[in-house]
Amino acid sequence: MPLANPSREHLSDFWRGLRVGLPIFVASAPFAVLFGAMAVENGLSVVEAVLMSAVIFGGASQMVGIELFGQHIAPWLIILSIFAVNFRHVLYSAALGRNVPHWSPLIKAVAFFFLVDPVFAESERRVENGKPVDLAWYAGIALPMFGSWVFMTWLGAAFGGQVMLEARGIGLDFLLPIYFLGLVMGFRGRPRWLPVVAVSAIASMVAYRTIGSPWHVSVGAMAGILLAAALPPRVIPVEQAAMEATPS
Amino acid sequence: MSMNLWIILLGGLATYLTRIGGHIVLSQFNTIHPRVQAGLEAVPAAVLTTLVAPAAMNGGPAEWAALLAAAIVGLRGPMFAAFVAGAAVLVAMRHWLS
Repeated sequence: MPLANPSREHLSDFWRGLRVGLPIFVASAPFAVLFGAMAVENGLSVVEAVLMSAVIFGGASQMVGIELFGQHIAPWLIILSIFAVNFRHVLYSAALGRNVPHWSPLIKAVAFFFLVDPVFAESERRVENGKPVDLAWYAGIALPMFGSWVFMTWLGAAFGGQVMLEARGIGLDFLLPIYFLGLVMGFRGRPRWLPVVAVSAIASMVAYRTIGSPWHVSVGAMAGILLAAALPPRVIPVEQAAMEATPS
Repeated sequence: MSMNLWIILLGGLATYLTRIGGHIVLSQFNTIHPRVQAGLEAVPAAVLTTLVAPAAMNGGPAEWAALLAAAIVGLRGPMFAAFVAGAAVLVAMRHWLS
């Protein structure tokens, strides 16, 4: 009876997802604590700070939000800013949506709520490795990520900046860029990887210096994506494609 | 309800629209143009690079060494090994430089 216990199969998929997500939980935790501490500093209550992490679930946009809260700016402008900072997510569900045809519209509607940078990147990496993005695996990475983000926000909001004092010494503040670089390296098998990375890097650094954070993300990403779309399509014979897909 | 609460809830709704919007728009089309396909394939590398490059620009020798170590290990080994190598170099270099 191979299908005697499908729930066990799902459970092990869930654990696999959770293991994949472990570095992210560690790397993103300081940012959630920092957000919580800064939100209270900017006049939000602990409940409001935690609620913000739970309904928005996007670090950079939350930071921009509380930055504006403190400046007597029109409410619709704050909402528009949050929307603009998160606009890159439009690309994530567009890209991942093609790879999860087995999800129902309702599952997609719920699952894509959790589609933040690392969850998207790990899902694409799984597709890259030729494995399906199962719902249990996805839940294993997305739900603990969400839980830790909300919990760590509460920790920062309730106990303030004192938690952050030790963070720099053990390198917590720079773990996310290292983690993201590791992910970038993982996509080096994709067509046009090097030109895309080079153009995105330069464009994001120039935008960071000129327009400022967090707009460098959208500008840099669009530069790389437009380059990939503009370069002539690479047509390669099937056998060669198969050989390139095999790790040497 | 207080104004803060409204901003938070509507900000959440706006964010949710960005998370499902791309798929909803794209699923209206039966075929995807090769150039759109090429652009979508480039999404992860392009977006993730923009999260690394400015951080590297603002960093010092310890951060550069950490990223270099992660990149080199990432060329050969699995993603997690690259992460651990980068983190280890970062902590060691910061300890050593301070």
